[in-house]
Amino acid sequence: MSAHANLERRRQAIYGWLLLTPALVLLSVFAFYPTVATLWTSLFSRGTRRNPVEYIGTGNYTELFADPTFWIVVKNNLLYAGVTIPVSMAIALAMALWANGKISARGFVRTAYFTPTVLPMIAAANLWLFFYTPGLGVLDQIGSVFGLPSINWLGQPETALWAIIIVTIWKEAGFFMIFYLAALQTIPEDLKEAADIEGTSRWTYTRRIVLPLLMPTTIFIAINALINSVKLIDHLFILTKGGPSDASKLLLYYIWEMAFAFFDAPQAAAMTILVIGVLAIVAAAKFLYLDKRTHYQ
Amino acid sequence: MKRLGNFMDSFGAILLAVIWISPLLFAFWAATHSTSDAVNLRLFSPWTMDNFIVAWNGAPWLKYFINTFSLVTVILIGQFILVTLAGFAFAQLQFPGKDFVFILVLMQLFILPEVLIVENYAMVSRLGLFDTILGVGMPYMASAFGIFLMRQAFKGVPIELHEAARIEGCGLLGILWRVYVPLAKPTYLAYALVSVSTHWNNFLWPLIVTNSPETRPLTVGLSIFGAPENGVDISVISAATLMSVAPLLIAFLIFQRQFVQAFLRAGIK
Repeated sequence: MSAHANLERRRQAIYGWLLLTPALVLLSVFAFYPTVATLWTSLFSRGTRRNPVEYIGTGNYTELFADPTFWIVVKNNLLYAGVTIPVSMAIALAMALWANGKISARGFVRTAYFTPTVLPMIAAANLWLFFYTPGLGVLDQIGSVFGLPSINWLGQPETALWAIIIVTIWKEAGFFMIFYLAALQTIPEDLKEAADIEGTSRWTYTRRIVLPLLMPTTIFIAINALINSVKLIDHLFILTKGGPSDASKLLLYYIWEMAFAFFDAPQAAAMTILVIGVLAIVAAAKFLYLDKRTHYQ
Repeated sequence: MKRLGNFMDSFGAILLAVIWISPLLFAFWAATHSTSDAVNLRLFSPWTMDNFIVAWNGAPWLKYFINTFSLVTVILIGQFILVTLAGFAFAQLQFPGKDFVFILVLMQLFILPEVLIVENYAMVSRLGLFDTILGVGMPYMASAFGIFLMRQAFKGVPIELHEAARIEGCGLLGILWRVYVPLAKPTYLAYALVSVSTHWNNFLWPLIVTNSPETRPLTVGLSIFGAPENGVDISVISAATLMSVAPLLIAFLIFQRQFVQAFLRAGIK
């Protein structure tokens, strides 16, 4: 009998690894190896015809920290994350509460909220270009009715990043709404009835019962939103190209520019490693800390 | 009082909905009117389809559509195969090293392919896949998210069915194919919708890996078409934008319920 169990165990091990092999090969080629290679590249100088590539340790990082553009980009990305995450989540929650409530035209409302989610970021940028263009854009046209001066939303450093932020919020909120909507539908009806009998106000009910029950969803959405604040940069290509004078440049866009416009792979690698570091901290926080406190598996 | 509250709710919800949908409505309106009417916001000017004709003739859209279509198909097929095998191994087999590998896979949820563009570009070139549709698709095939999703779906399959199939003389792959895959159909559907809409809309990576109209997907084609250097006006850009989002948008409007369910299933588990 034990020989049989042994055989079964060995059979499972062989099958297990065989089934994993295709996925592991691709993950190694396009995730694990590139991560290590990026770290490696970031430790070497950029080769030119006169100066061959050589090991320079943390030289690329020192150079990066001395680059004023890098700090502008970091600041931009912090603001981008700091505004898009809470605002899109708050709007998503309001949308979900409405879309779940007894309101008229609920079907239309849900569709309208969710539609931006299925559009590519590039298309979204094109749509918003029509709003932002100075002189001709919708915003300026509306403003001129009220006698406001023409504003070049995308062309001036004070407003460019905000214009980018608004497009991101518009794109994200409907997506996050879906998760809140799903969570809201799992809250039992009797809680609401009990609260009504007790004479609880709607505000108290929402704050004391609904929001705590939505906590796991909120954390899940927050992590997604955080990752998106690194990832969602496509609209920069259409709207501002990171300008004017780097006022709307974000990290991933700068990495792309560094590697594919300035051909400075080591600098791009150093920046990539820093971004991976931040993402790894988020991952660790999620798996080690949050998963112990909230259960949704 | 309660009725007033309800009214305010409906009012707020609809107002936000109108604001949310307005960029799309404006684009539709601009695309169906002449440029000068669109620019001057002459709301009651005559309709025209000219912008769509100009836009269609301005770029190889048919080729772009075919490219995007092939791209999402190639990715989806690759993902289905890899994710099914790996998901099954993680869900139903016991073997040494499993937990460690699973953590490695989960790490990929955070270290996105987007961040590794520089090295992945080098890798794709090394493999001779630069400017090919396979090259655009390959980094996404071993999707950690998909593996995780299938693992959850397969874990929900009652072990009795597994045992019954084994007693009937089914091999392990046979059990996977005849018992697990059919039972996980809703998860596959959900995953397919999420995957297709993600990759239909993806931009940065295809921008880097493609270099010719022969492989370029819609999003990259659209960004080139709309570039300011090309001096295309706003009505034509709107028409081109609507054209390129139309298939997904129409599919969404028809299958709205399934779409939303798909996103939910994909996110919650």
